[in-house]
Amino acid sequence: MQITLKLYAFLTDYLPADARRSNALALEIPEQSTVASLIAARALPPRLVHLVLLNGQFVPAPQRDAQRLSAGDVLAIWPPIAGG
Amino acid sequence: MAWTRKILRINLTQGSCVSEPLNMAWAAQYLGQRGLASKYLVSEIDPLVDPLSPENKIIYATGPLTGTMASTGGRYSVVTKGPLTGVIACSNSGGFFGAELKFAGWDMIIVEGKSPTPVYLHIENELAELLPADDLWGTTVWATEATLKKRHQDPLLRVSSIGRAGENQVLFAAIVNDLHRAAGRSGVGAVMGSKNLKAIAVRGTRGVGNIADPKAFMAAATAGKKMLAENAVTGQGLPTYGTQVLMNVINEMGALPTRNHRDVEFEGARKISAEAMHEKRASDGRSHLVTNQACFGCTIACGRISRIDETHFSVETRPEYWGANGGLEYEAAWALGSANGVDDLEALQFANLLCNEDGMDPISFGATVGAVMELYDLGILSKEEIGLEVPFGSAAALCKLAEMTARGEGFGKILGQGSKRVCARYGRPELSMTVKGQEFPAYDGRALQGMGLAYATSNRGACHLRGYMVSSEVFGIPVKTDPRETEGKPEMLKAFQDATAVVDSSGLCVFTTFAWTMNDIQPQIQAACEGDWSQDSLLQMGERIWNLERDFNLAAGITGKDDTLPPRLLNEPCKTGGSKGMVAEIGKMLPVYYSARGWTADGVPTAATRARLGL
Repeated sequence: MQITLKLYAFLTDYLPADARRSNALALEIPEQSTVASLIAARALPPRLVHLVLLNGQFVPAPQRDAQRLSAGDVLAIWPPIAGG
Repeated sequence: MAWTRKILRINLTQGSCVSEPLNMAWAAQYLGQRGLASKYLVSEIDPLVDPLSPENKIIYATGPLTGTMASTGGRYSVVTKGPLTGVIACSNSGGFFGAELKFAGWDMIIVEGKSPTPVYLHIENELAELLPADDLWGTTVWATEATLKKRHQDPLLRVSSIGRAGENQVLFAAIVNDLHRAAGRSGVGAVMGSKNLKAIAVRGTRGVGNIADPKAFMAAATAGKKMLAENAVTGQGLPTYGTQVLMNVINEMGALPTRNHRDVEFEGARKISAEAMHEKRASDGRSHLVTNQACFGCTIACGRISRIDETHFSVETRPEYWGANGGLEYEAAWALGSANGVDDLEALQFANLLCNEDGMDPISFGATVGAVMELYDLGILSKEEIGLEVPFGSAAALCKLAEMTARGEGFGKILGQGSKRVCARYGRPELSMTVKGQEFPAYDGRALQGMGLAYATSNRGACHLRGYMVSSEVFGIPVKTDPRETEGKPEMLKAFQDATAVVDSSGLCVFTTFAWTMNDIQPQIQAACEGDWSQDSLLQMGERIWNLERDFNLAAGITGKDDTLPPRLLNEPCKTGGSKGMVAEIGKMLPVYYSARGWTADGVPTAATRARLGL
């Protein structure tokens, strides 16, 4: 199934070069994938995986193992950031 | 005692500059800066005064930590009755002016009356003099600063001034220091302009040597700096990406107000984000962002210094704008961009430069442009009335309106009255995205419920910096809460508002609180200042300040009915995103908030609350 993975700020470097100007990557992933399994598959450093949004909804760290992904999902991830 | 214990009182009507002792009994109750200046203001002016009359006063106040070795200890506040809102205005700025004022030996400047002709205030340590500013009147902030440095032959002179927007009494005119740091909100620049006061130029050589316990202070300040450096947000995220990193975050959440709050997601957000500012442009191979920059004593350095694309239509024949300069910060990028549907980063930077150059609040300016574009879209405003076409998304219109507003030309005079007055003038007051007359910043109150309540209850009208619930609802600082949840938000907001009042009264920057808690701030204040500055007394002081401001606003004519949001946010659900279908649940949260504050059901502090806080 296909989802969209978006990586921002310092995580931009973990995208292929041609995806960095959009911060988005269309990904084909196995059925049964979870938020945590995708993060592991992309080798994202845990210290940079802070704010995780699935279709705009926050996914707390303890729920990432169980949170299944579905076709068409948009998963967006940021390192620790703030501003205002 | 980190105070200098001296106030400079300027009477512009009489042309006098007088030193007087700081009221230390008030300092023990209100600390400094926001709290102490507010105490002076409410004690000295009639709450019903016309903000642009000589009877209003304007106060420039440092905090006890301003100018010290504490990280970010360079802040000052400008406190007055605001012309945009008709309530108390308190705008906070960084840069270097605040510390310089302290080095000159002054805690605060109180300005009253009105000069018959344009003047500027020149301060060199104990010397304070009013000098003619006829040649400066009609010039920009940048020209004023350059002229004064040359005139006084002092490149280290620190200047806080107004541009043509303040002179023209644009109701969201800002006071700008150090070229691009600003006391931006609520129209404090218009008050300065109404008094014929063009600038304050200060040079201080005395430092801040009167710390109560220097050894303890240095230990606390050093520990605080270490914590800021080691924190991922203040040590890495903010220096690298600045506040602009929020553009994609807030958009992905479906909380980015777009096209005058019609939408909550902006299809062009990525193009005006921090990530875009880091990328090399096709036109010249340079990135928009040049470097980051710190204010006085700051070890975070979140400020953005950027270089506009010289081939962009806005500046291709204007080389004076080609150099590295301030911007873009998130709130400005949102207001100039998403709020009116413009996704041209260079156009946003140009409009932002004009706001800095002529002293305008980019939040209120951009948000008012959004309202104008909606009125145009609905056919209520015409090309003939405005003088140009202003469809949503027009970068050309944004740039032109910025020039017209700053210079008071044509329709710019109307736009300069702010969204509330513009929408009322054309018979559609409900289209003004404001609270108490002040335009929203960059978060939708439907998608972030706590932030909606923060807007509704802010003592200076819609504002993100009086109780930054985004910190919890988005970043998880200090704890993550569900942005769609209302339960617990009123109590949390009260805690945020009171703690922020403490920080705003100390001389520190509120951005430290992404890493620091009161456990880290209190030892620095206690070591610097004589007296009891326990956490309990500080937080009670924050609550006292909040209620002092509220009492002033009530006396100025607001009521609990003003603690609300525009009908669009209360009745029109988010169309898309993570909060699709939601409206702002102010009616549910407000009674709980009033109760937590010790206020009546009408939003008035009870006698018991006033007595408890010593009001």
